[in-house]
Amino acid sequence: MEIYLDNAATTKPYTSVVQAVADSMERVYGNPSSLHKIGLQAELLVTAQRKTIAEALGCEPECILFTSGATESNNLALRGAAAVYGKRKPHIVASAVEHASVSSTLDALEAQGFRVTRVLPDSEGRFTSKEFLQAITEDTCLVSMMAYENETGHRLPVSSVFTTLRRRYPHIIRHCDFVQGFMKDSTTVDLLAADLLSVSAHKIHGPKGIGALYIRKGIRLQPILTGGKQEKSLRPGTEAVPLIAGFGEAVRQHENKLYDFGKQTERCYNALESRLREMDGITINRFMEGTTYILNFSVQGIRSETMLHFLESKGIYVSSGSACAKGARSHVLSAYGISDDRVDSALRVSFSEENTVEEVIALTEAIAQGQRQLIHK
Amino acid sequence: MKEVILVKYGEMALKGLNKHSFEKLLMQQIRNRLHPLGEFGYTCAQSTIYIVPQDERISLDAAVERLKRIFGIATICRACSCEKSMEDIMAKSVDYLRETLETAVSFKVEAKRADKQFPLKSPEICMELGGFLCEQFPALQVDVHTPDITVMVDIRDTNAFIYAEKIKGAGGLPLGSSGKAMLLLSGGIDSPVAGYMLAKRGVIISAVHFASPPYTSERARLKVEQLCEKMTDYCREMHFYCVPFTEIQETLKNKCPEEYFTILMRRLMMLIAQEIAQKEGASALITGESVGQVASQTLQAMVCTDAVCKMPVFRPCIGLDKTEIIEIARKIDTFDISIMPYEDCCTVFTPKHPKLHPQLERIEAAQERGDFAALIRKAVDETECKVISGRG
Repeated sequence: MEIYLDNAATTKPYTSVVQAVADSMERVYGNPSSLHKIGLQAELLVTAQRKTIAEALGCEPECILFTSGATESNNLALRGAAAVYGKRKPHIVASAVEHASVSSTLDALEAQGFRVTRVLPDSEGRFTSKEFLQAITEDTCLVSMMAYENETGHRLPVSSVFTTLRRRYPHIIRHCDFVQGFMKDSTTVDLLAADLLSVSAHKIHGPKGIGALYIRKGIRLQPILTGGKQEKSLRPGTEAVPLIAGFGEAVRQHENKLYDFGKQTERCYNALESRLREMDGITINRFMEGTTYILNFSVQGIRSETMLHFLESKGIYVSSGSACAKGARSHVLSAYGISDDRVDSALRVSFSEENTVEEVIALTEAIAQGQRQLIHK
Repeated sequence: MKEVILVKYGEMALKGLNKHSFEKLLMQQIRNRLHPLGEFGYTCAQSTIYIVPQDERISLDAAVERLKRIFGIATICRACSCEKSMEDIMAKSVDYLRETLETAVSFKVEAKRADKQFPLKSPEICMELGGFLCEQFPALQVDVHTPDITVMVDIRDTNAFIYAEKIKGAGGLPLGSSGKAMLLLSGGIDSPVAGYMLAKRGVIISAVHFASPPYTSERARLKVEQLCEKMTDYCREMHFYCVPFTEIQETLKNKCPEEYFTILMRRLMMLIAQEIAQKEGASALITGESVGQVASQTLQAMVCTDAVCKMPVFRPCIGLDKTEIIEIARKIDTFDISIMPYEDCCTVFTPKHPKLHPQLERIEAAQERGDFAALIRKAVDETECKVISGRG
């Protein structure tokens, strides 16, 4: 038995995605930049996927740029925009709970001389748009906010902050790390009022190694790589045609399942939450509204990793915080003011539409067993 | 709180007895364009169309985006519908306009009272609501001359509406109210703009493109199809004709004097476009020419080109500078496609020194050197037509 409850880390590719990747490698092997027909076929395949992804985000295909994943998208967005718009305005605002690909990039920009304000949640662990707006100064060039925080599933007030910024400070560039919201939340780039928005394929049952960056028309970025003229010279290098084919297929498949995804993850979330609340020694780490596909909780007295491996022995796979932060204490949970003990015993469960309530029951039973069996600190 | 969209039409409102036919066309366009988003209710009164979404989940942002591309609409307003009482109007204005009024410095209120039964007169409505809003938003100042925000109150038969922002519509006349014309679409910056400008005046646009493989590539043709697809945002469905032009260009190159190449080519293009236009039921040709831009666009050159035309040739960009054309191309979002660097039929075999001021008799004599009538026949017969449908 395998119960996979780590869908925020990555998802299992759909069969049709695997097929699309293989098909493209076998049949559409041309270089999209080649002038001949074989090259044109590859270009057309890429163009068609660009359109699919653009439709899912509610934008024009020309605004979609393929990258190697969300980490590259975030890097290009932040470094690229800071280089163009931050010369005279070296101040950046972001939330304190951003993913490492944003927070470490901001650290790097800070070392280059930028000032970064990292907005913390209030004393109750909630983010409101007020705090972000108060952090804006005259020399702010860029605001970066994630739509759904990847460890607790909290929804940050991106749309209200960005809409207000668009109205009051239209010159400030607005970037959204939308990785955990893409194809889960049916919003569009316009509703979010984002200028730049990062997404990734492998969180929606697509292949790993491919992602995209939405760039609103008129926004200029400085590329972080140099080379050929691919992707409007912003992302040189031969396009990853097979991965792009898989990305497009994942979006098409997921689109049909959007409703099921919402319903099924909500069912699982509610089942898990109500059961955990009845159990002793468990605190749920949720302080504001959020997605129903991520649930974070702490099991008092048992280290995350210990419980994770115990669950693993039962064939249940969960995560201890973000998979990208292997082992290290999560700066995200600490930002909410959660005590170190609770951070050290935190577990993250994340669903896909393929999970069931039966699996949730198996999980809670295994946790209860672990609580009885494992030696507490 | 119920949000609706108010659409006001521009010069159509000035039409006389035939106004109804324009309204009908516009209404039809709006229905077609909004249909994919969900169900809407429509009422029409005093040059305004009231569009009421029948389902809460419908995105009005998306609806406005679509309405912005329908010709015949002068302004679009998102409004809040309220009961016809000052209490409700005041309460809803605070709620509905909160964000707008909080960020504004100055404002004024304007009222229109179509229902004269309403107990307060327009200036009284303004005073009452304006006073109330001043109390609610103490930072806000009244400025009746150049306010940041104008709060509009519209008292109608069944409801009252409040709104603050007017969004500029596409202007012009509803598509289909002015017949049909054939656009010569090369793939450059100017021709899509020319098509857009005529479509704005209500003309239905079909397009003809000349392809010369292997001198021009498949990508060049796809680029033009992409342009058509972009244009469908404004022009709706388009018929796209692709003419095989290689043989004619090769014959021209081999048999006619080099300096006349471009002019002769354009004359032949006109002849072919004209024949296709007749088949299509179009009554005019459209080109993106602008006086003096290139050698074939001098006045004399145009005289020589037009000598073969039986149909009127419209050149809406004629008096525009390149920068002005580019500005429109950016607005209709065709610019980025147009600048993709593929060779098109107009740049194949361009002479080094084209004749700038050609004389018609010499041109006509030069054209006699090839059997172009047969070649034209063949090109027209082998022309492919593709229907480019609108993007949802």
